[in-house]
Amino acid sequence: MSNFHAPNGVTNILVVGIGGQGVMTATEILAEAAISLGHDVKKTEVAGMAQRGGVVSSHLRFGPKVLSPQIAPGEADLIVGFEAAEALRWCHTLRPGGLVLMNTARLVPPVVSGGLYDYPADPVAEIRARGIAVHAFDAMAIALELGDMRLGNSVMLGAMADHLPFPADVLLASILSRFGTRKPEMVEVNRRAFEAGRQADAGVKQETATA
Amino acid sequence: MAANSFASHASPAPASVARNPRRLLSGNEAVARAVWESGVRLAAAYPGTPSTEMLEVISRNAAADLYTEWSVNEKVSLEVCIGASMAGSRAFCAMKHVGMNVASDALMTFTLTGANAGMVIAIADDVGLSSSQNEQDSRTWGRFAHLPILEPADSQEAYAMTKFGYELSERFQVPVILRLTTRICHVKGLVQTGERVEVVAGKFEKDPRRWVMVPGNAKARIPLMYEREQQLREAAETSTLNSIDAGSDRRVGFVTSGPAWMHVREAFPDAPVLKLGFSCPAPVEMIRAFAATVDNLLVVEETEPLLELELKAAGIVCHGKDFLPRIGELSPDVLKPAVARLLGEPVQAPATLPAAVFPRPPTMCVACPHLGVYYTLAQLKNITIAGDIGCYTLGAGHPWNALDSTISMGASMGVALGLDKGRGAADKDKKIIAVIGDSTFLHMGMQGLLDITYNRGNVTILILDNRTVGMTGGQSNPGSGKDIHGALAPRVNFAKLVEALGVKPERIHMVDPYELPTLFKLLREETRIAEPSVLITNRPCVLIDEYQKQQPYTVDTDKCTGCGNCIDVGCPAIQVTRREMAVKPSGKEVELQFVGIETAACTGCGLCLQPCAPDAIIPARAVQAINVMTKH
Repeated sequence: MSNFHAPNGVTNILVVGIGGQGVMTATEILAEAAISLGHDVKKTEVAGMAQRGGVVSSHLRFGPKVLSPQIAPGEADLIVGFEAAEALRWCHTLRPGGLVLMNTARLVPPVVSGGLYDYPADPVAEIRARGIAVHAFDAMAIALELGDMRLGNSVMLGAMADHLPFPADVLLASILSRFGTRKPEMVEVNRRAFEAGRQADAGVKQETATA
Repeated sequence: MAANSFASHASPAPASVARNPRRLLSGNEAVARAVWESGVRLAAAYPGTPSTEMLEVISRNAAADLYTEWSVNEKVSLEVCIGASMAGSRAFCAMKHVGMNVASDALMTFTLTGANAGMVIAIADDVGLSSSQNEQDSRTWGRFAHLPILEPADSQEAYAMTKFGYELSERFQVPVILRLTTRICHVKGLVQTGERVEVVAGKFEKDPRRWVMVPGNAKARIPLMYEREQQLREAAETSTLNSIDAGSDRRVGFVTSGPAWMHVREAFPDAPVLKLGFSCPAPVEMIRAFAATVDNLLVVEETEPLLELELKAAGIVCHGKDFLPRIGELSPDVLKPAVARLLGEPVQAPATLPAAVFPRPPTMCVACPHLGVYYTLAQLKNITIAGDIGCYTLGAGHPWNALDSTISMGASMGVALGLDKGRGAADKDKKIIAVIGDSTFLHMGMQGLLDITYNRGNVTILILDNRTVGMTGGQSNPGSGKDIHGALAPRVNFAKLVEALGVKPERIHMVDPYELPTLFKLLREETRIAEPSVLITNRPCVLIDEYQKQQPYTVDTDKCTGCGNCIDVGCPAIQVTRREMAVKPSGKEVELQFVGIETAACTGCGLCLQPCAPDAIIPARAVQAINVMTKH
């Protein structure tokens, strides 16, 4: 993508979602890809009691030398939203000219279902209204089509693959090596999920360009 | 999340490094690795966020000569480590910040005897309160107990300072405090590791004047403690862990430590910075010399102005909390406006503001046994409920609103007794209930119950026995029947235990929290009897391995009347699908809430069936299991 042009050469990626969605795992896979290229890496979460369905934001910074592990507001190069409202919650941390890549699936917490709060009517439109470039697609639907909700993680990673300052193959290798050592039977299905995510993103890009 | 074994962490290293590959480790994992490499022979802890993973990782790599345990509380864990140090084995103790409040009784005298074999105590402060009941600054213990403090700024430093901690501990015969914060414990960075060095255990030498702290002996140790503190101060003045980066923009010079150092470096790359790694006793003369080289000195410390006050007392002119907040992390976005104010420069407003999005508080799990307890408590009238610390603290939230207090580990017992004995005329008919988990009860609740029985309090106690430390991720405790390695261990018998503490046998009930009518009946009966009674719920946590899922349920939409009773259970798998206003025969207007069940999330506990009047909740065919969240 776009220009990763911070003067210190550090790339800032913010991955957001909900506890249990695999946000922290996705960031870990990205981190391993960056390490394999010799980068210094720091990764931090503001997870709180995330195991219980709370908000998770995972910061990944990599480059020649990384100091603070946190991405300062307005300095994220790329925001990856695993859930629609969470992408909206964090979109203000994007730098001018950055990109929000998001799953349009909506995960509704009990406080919304119970009528205490409203879910935003159209999170994608609200983010765009801020003048932010958005690539949005239903990653959950793609994962279900491939047969397992849990593939959403690899779908999202695939969607990121062409927006990183290194080749998509490096990221794919990082995913496959993780599954290859733990669950060899998962390699092929994750490769498919990765490619499906990558294609979904390419499709969105084309639509955005012709719109 | 916690790591597996050290071996699984290998990542490819740049070609220039011939040693071990650098590993991506969290601060907790890095400390664990260093403990293991330092030849530590005993490690003990009680779980607590953000410290838990340190002992978890050590236990998974326990060598034949490395004993690990989950202790019943932090005080016991520290005492076990004291014993090991006396016996001549290097020891390691980890706890969250509030853990040291419990352990400090031992610490304040251990500082007089000093350590024999090396001892490092890692205390993890939850700066920013991501998962704690308060925010406190553990550097205070260094001043209070006259102990040295090391403050790493990232995983590599956490590793290196842990190893250095054992050298320092043995050189000065002193327990060393490693002060961590959430932003160290849970941040991953690259760490260059080494190998385990075996340190042969020494021998316990009888020496009553050192180890038996009766007044006469203790009095003789106090001057030695102050002498040691002076020597430590001299060591800190020359330690390479305290270093100066001269910088070029001399308008503001920073004195800082821990993660705040990284934030300072990030925000002000050209500023002079004095970084403290060996921060207590503070190297005041080093700081005085540094102060003379800058226009303004700003002390950046999370969270208390401890160093700032020491420097001011030493006559060093400095700024600190007059510009910086006393709570939360001192990240670059906090530092930049503060320094602008100090320099009298205009403060830049944030470029964009966050969108208003609903909060997403943590929820209880689908089928959690606590759901049955809080559904029932929410139905009871005229009660006051003293709560405690664990997953079940979530009972204070939507939709149950069924806790009236949370203070500290085990406090439900004493607070309930105080609510009973201290009640005024306005509360004379109030029923007092205490709610506590199994692990919290064993940690610090037993003494409170003994106080209730001894002093004939009128309190009904619910012990929620789910056989694990749930909130921190399912660690074992004496109620689990398993030890830290998952091996069989004696399981405490709660009914016998509370009977031994003075509760009459006929006032002790084991109850299934899924059986709502029984739970309701028992609670109503026992709260009417003016003596202590104990209800022990006996469903295990749904996150432990033994939990068996049942056939899930769905809603027959033709039968659902929108009464909303099932919503009061608070299960995250139940979702409102449609709202409608209706008028009751009485003329009262009500909002009907029609529901659906996310079958993929439902585990078939059957709790929601019980309050469903029209029997609209029916078995569903099994589908691919996912997480507790659902698609709208």
